[in-house]
Order: sequence, then structure tokens, then C-alpha cells
Amino acid sequence: MATGDPTTEATRPGTLVHLPRTADPKPLPDPRLTDVDEWGRSEKTRQMARRLYRPLYEKYFRVEWEGLEKIPREGGALLVANHAAAIPSDAPAIMHGVEEEVGRPLYGLADHIFKGMPLIGTAWARAGGVPAHPENAYRLLREQQQLVLVFPEGGKGPGKTYDKRYQLRRFGRGGFVEIAMRAGVPVIPIAVVGAEESMPIVFKIPGLARALGVPYVPITANMLLLGPLGIIGYFPAKFKLKVLDPVHFDVPPDQDRYSKSRVMEEAEDIRVSLQEALYEMLRQRKSIWRG
Amino acid sequence: MGKRVLITGLGTFWGGRAAQALEKDPEVEVIVGLDTVEPKVQLERTEFVRADQSYSILARIVAATQVDTILHTFLVVDSSRMSGTKMHEINVIGTMNLLAAAGAAESSVRHIVVKSSTLVYGSSMKSPQWFREETPRAAPPKTRVERSLIEVEGYLSDFAEDNPHVVVSLLRFSNVLGTDIITPISKALQLPVAPSILGYDPMLQFVEEDDVIRSIEFVMRNQVPGVYNVAGDGRIPWSECAAVCGKRLVPMPPVFTNVAAAPLELIGLDLPPETLDLLRYGRGADNRRLKRAGFEYRYTTAGAVQNFAEASRLRGAVGDSRPAYRYERDVEAFFRHSPAVVRD
Repeated sequence: MATGDPTTEATRPGTLVHLPRTADPKPLPDPRLTDVDEWGRSEKTRQMARRLYRPLYEKYFRVEWEGLEKIPREGGALLVANHAAAIPSDAPAIMHGVEEEVGRPLYGLADHIFKGMPLIGTAWARAGGVPAHPENAYRLLREQQQLVLVFPEGGKGPGKTYDKRYQLRRFGRGGFVEIAMRAGVPVIPIAVVGAEESMPIVFKIPGLARALGVPYVPITANMLLLGPLGIIGYFPAKFKLKVLDPVHFDVPPDQDRYSKSRVMEEAEDIRVSLQEALYEMLRQRKSIWRG
Repeated sequence: MGKRVLITGLGTFWGGRAAQALEKDPEVEVIVGLDTVEPKVQLERTEFVRADQSYSILARIVAATQVDTILHTFLVVDSSRMSGTKMHEINVIGTMNLLAAAGAAESSVRHIVVKSSTLVYGSSMKSPQWFREETPRAAPPKTRVERSLIEVEGYLSDFAEDNPHVVVSLLRFSNVLGTDIITPISKALQLPVAPSILGYDPMLQFVEEDDVIRSIEFVMRNQVPGVYNVAGDGRIPWSECAAVCGKRLVPMPPVFTNVAAAPLELIGLDLPPETLDLLRYGRGADNRRLKRAGFEYRYTTAGAVQNFAEASRLRGAVGDSRPAYRYERDVEAFFRHSPAVVRD
């Protein structure tokens, strides 16, 4: 500072100061210019994203839901789904479907890595993405009773090659179950068929991934067939989504700890039911492209 | 007998404004203010004592004045244009001496209020959206000011443990905006264009000046022990802050941002590393514990930004029209001690 003040948090020289009007401690209004909420989500951005995505959703992937009525119209719930495709195509489909059909915002938890990426991080936050931190999940589910989507397989789901399609990876350490228990909300599994074929990984280049510091560098069938366009161009696989019965945990919320064995057991049960639902749906599927 | 208060950092925004507020309180009998520089605001009855930055004379002052309350505002929370050594001297050594004086045998001190900052939570992509007082940092501290404040808080919690008879209140303030305070963020918002980092639009949180002082008053009056975040409700994007202030954003590159920010010093804007982190990832502090203790905020985050924008526009239109205050030792001593002055 010019005054040589060692703390630099100084007042402007020559300014008389208004004392706080303690006699009138009435809270003032909250003047906002945008509709960006505390999570960085903007309903206007979502509306625009949904308008742009609708042709893809309706005409290209021809998304079909079963059991959408199992997603509650009010109260918090943690939606979990299988995760697939080199650039996951399931997250936008689920978010679009739930927000359009149920009419509630859906926050998607994902790795904090996205928050670190310029442009992508901001776009992701405005579209309802939230870094997967237990504090964030608890506040969304318990205190704000929102709908939250998480993929328990994490990056291992989209990062698997095509020969392992529809085979669920490990469900992390069961953290999603613990969060739902603490928040006192049900877990609602969603089985997604179609995403695997929209951008299948033929092989991966682990050396390059290590060098770039990213989870995986895929060579997809799309790239082999479409060239550079295949980096973002999906195949028009038919999407079918099935909502399974909500799983309620018979435990009190807000505990500091939950039995690890119970958590792992519940997580494994959910994984098995999701896996079985996927096999059943694949048994019924006559064509990858027509469903 | 009324309260006897010692304020450190009387020459700063925090100390000066807090002293003014305390002067209005009839329950406060004596106010002694310490600083290395003279106070910049007009004070009625506060006694100013010049001290060196690490407070070597503090033990004597505490013993001589028999203060029961210490308000420690002399902590650097903005590292722009200050050497690491000096900041260490002020924050860490200064607090150490202060606590040594307060914890001495026969010390009269029963309440210590310390101004810290939400900088102790850091600002990283791993951070949760809201930090509660007990939420641990998501990443180790990278900047000097963060490390030094964490060290200060460590001393304070040791002190609280060793001195159960002293009420220790630790306030962590989020970024402050208001009519008078100057910070890197307020300077950035008063340039013709505001700097941002390309591709990032972080969610920021502010607390208004008046709420800062009101919260200090509140904590002193009610003697609430413990750690409290002091921050306005809600968080708003940096782009919205700039829009409220009517400024366009000029992006800096997302890589080598510190190099790109360095030339801004030529126009008087020093963006220290912790501010650059903030402009990338933002930060939020959960303010509900202080509310549960009974404090009511007047301004939300958006309200603080709006108020700041209005004050800046007014200043831009009419300038600093009010006369400058200059501390004159003899004049102040006359008003306080001369028998010629009629006191009630």
C-alpha cells in the first residue's frame, strides 16, 4: 500500500467511516443477476442444454424409460447407474430424462478433475455437475432433499474395452451407500442399455494416458470408422433405461460411522441387482440399433 | 466495572472500525489500541500505543492496563506486496507474543477474539462446495499466507487448551467487500476491466464490512467460544460480480497465470497466488454456526457485491469529498487527558 501499512487491508485514507447501523439490523434483500445456484447450476443453462440435446435424445438414441414413476416427486434420493462409453453418453440421457419427465433438477456427482478443467469445468457446473465430495453429497441429499446421480463404478466403467461391455466394475468402496445412509435417503438403481455401443473402446494406450496424466486414452470404434469425427461422434445405439426398486436402508441417519461390512454388503447387493437387470434387458434386446 | 479491551492492528480497517464501534458501547470502559502505524479513523477515547510488529512490549501493556479482552486483528490475510519474512513476523511471532502475554501468570485476560480468514481452507478443485468449521482442507497449503494463518490457529488452539479459564473466539472471515476496505478483489473490481482466468468462472463468497464489524461486536458482547466462519449467504459467479459492478472480464491464460498476472502490478493490481487460486476454484464457507449462536447477517454475498458496486460508483462520481483524517498525537492527547476538556 502507498501508506506503507503492513497489513494492506487498510481503509482509504481520507474517508470518514460510516458506523454499522446496529440499531437497524434488518437483513437486506439478496439481489441476484443470474439464476446460478450455490452449486453453480443454472436452470436457464439446463433449459438450453435440454433444448439442444432433445433431438439427440428423442431421434438419435430414441431413449425409452421403464419405471420412471419410481423416482420420487419430492424428497432426496441417490440415483446410481452403470457407466459406459469412452465419453459417457449415459449421464446426459439420465439427466435429461429425469428433469423432463419428473420435473426436478438432478445434480450429477463426478470426479473433481472436471472442476479443474478450463471451460469444461464451468460448463459442467452450470449444467448441474458437482464434485463428488461427501460434504457436497450430504448437503444436497440431506439438507436440500435433492435428486443426485452418481456412477459408483467411477472412471472404470467408461474406461473398459468393448469385450467387457455390460459387466459392472467394482462399486468403489461402497461410499455411495454410506452417503445415502447418512443422508437417510433411498438408493435408486438405474440400468442403462445402449450407452456401451454408442462409443465402444477397441483398445487403450496406457503409456500415453500415463504421460498425459488422464485415466485412459481410448481408441474407439467411432474413431476407426469415422476418423476425427469419431472423437465426439456417437453411434446411434437404441437407449433403454430401467429404474429398479428403491433400496431403503433401515439405519438411523446422521451417524458418524456405519458398519463397513453392512455398507459393502448393501453395495454388493445393489451391484448384483443392477447386473441381473442388465442381463435381463440384453436377453430381450433384438437389435443394438432398434432395441 | 466495565470491559477493558486491547485491540491490535488499530491502524487497519479491522482494528480502527472495531474500536469505533466499541467506543459506542457504554459497557466498554477502556480501549487501548496497538499498531505500528497511526490510526486512520477518528477515535474519541481509544488510547493509541505505537508498538513494533512483533509486540515485544505487549506483556507490559497487558500488565499495566489490566485488560480483560483482547481483540487480535493484526493478522495479514492479504499477502500482496509483502515479504514472507515480514508476514511471518507479524502473524506468527506477533500472535505468539500476544498469547504469551495473555497466558502469563496473573494475567487479567479472560477473552480473546482473533480475526482469521477462510484462507485456512484453501481453494482447490478438491474442495467441497461449503467448508464447515471442522471440515479439513482438501489439499495441503501452497501459499505463505495460508501456511502462516494455519500456524497461528494452531497456537491459538494450544492456548485455548492450556488456558481453559480464557474464552477464545476464532473468527474466519471470507473475502470482505465494502465501502472502505481495499483488497486485491476490490481493486480488481475497480479497474476499467476485471481480470479473470480463461475458462473458469468460480463461485465466490463475500461478507460485507458492516457485518464484519457487527460480528466482532457480537462475539465480544456474548463471549461465544469456538471457531466461527463469518461469510455472507450464498455464492455467486465471478462473472456476475463483474456484471454487478458493470465491468467486462478480460481473461488471463489458464496456464502460467501467475506470469500473466505479474505485469498487472504496474497498474497497481497485485494478484497474489491465493487470489489466483480463488479466481480459479472459488471457495465457500458455511456460515450457519454463527447464525445458530444468534448472529444475524444484514448482507448476503450478492448484497455485499451490490453495496460495493454502488459505493464505488458514488466515489467515481463525487470522489473522496470528505476531509482527510490525520492523527495528531498532541491533539489526541489533549482531548483525552487535558483538564480543560469537559467530559460527561
